[in-house]
Amino acid sequence: MLAEALILSAILFVIGMLGVLVRRNVIIMFLCIELMLNAVNLSFVALSRFIGIEGQIYVFFVMTVAAAEAAVGLAIIISIFRHYETVDVNNFNLLKW
Amino acid sequence: MVEILFYIFAAVALGGAIGVVFQRNPVGSLLFMVATLASLAGIFVLFEAHFLAAIQIIVYAGAIMVLFLFVIMLLNLGHDYRKDLKMGLGMILAFAVTGGIAGILVRQLGGAGTSAVEQALPGPEAMDQLIQEQGIIGSIARPLFTDYVVAFELTGLLLLVALVGAIAIAKRRV
Repeated sequence: MLAEALILSAILFVIGMLGVLVRRNVIIMFLCIELMLNAVNLSFVALSRFIGIEGQIYVFFVMTVAAAEAAVGLAIIISIFRHYETVDVNNFNLLKW
Repeated sequence: MVEILFYIFAAVALGGAIGVVFQRNPVGSLLFMVATLASLAGIFVLFEAHFLAAIQIIVYAGAIMVLFLFVIMLLNLGHDYRKDLKMGLGMILAFAVTGGIAGILVRQLGGAGTSAVEQALPGPEAMDQLIQEQGIIGSIARPLFTDYVVAFELTGLLLLVALVGAIAIAKRRV
């Protein structure tokens, strides 16, 4: 079951990355980053079953950091929305060449 | 039984993840994400990480997803059904890059065969014994409050900074 879990984690990570590359709604891109974090959490948990409890402690910290990141990220999205009246990343192109 | 449950949860997680990426309505996308998170919690239970399964549901599917939902509804994006997938060259490039990475990952993990990965590691007996001796919560709490206590305190500080920062950024006038 370990190898299947690791493959599932890899596939979830790649789907999350595809979402970041393909979507234009910045909130959905953010959601896909959370999906990638969860894929990594899955492989930590699967390996901790066989190696030791440390994997689960890392997952605990990853979840806390993800919560902090979501709060700050969504605050930034709200303040961008106030400025541009949209969440479409095609409109935030000041750094694009 | 465990294997069957694992495959059911894995199928739901994959379907949910694909739904997150290809659903047009942001609220629908979010609900697919909740399904993915819930089935990942189920997989955590199968790997004997019951405490993490509980906080996965409470913190992730509960708090963080509700925060996302609040923002989507605050910005009034719920009925934004316009197509927002990048088309053309960007799409092709994205699929090529992710396809390549998926290929490498699956080759690395699956190439050795299912049993070879497990045989290379110590078995689950040590973890079973630890859980038997200290209980599910005790086995994770003891190292958390002894070996990792500095990281734990710093996490508290990080949450405080994130709280202050989020309010400062989202406020209209500071």
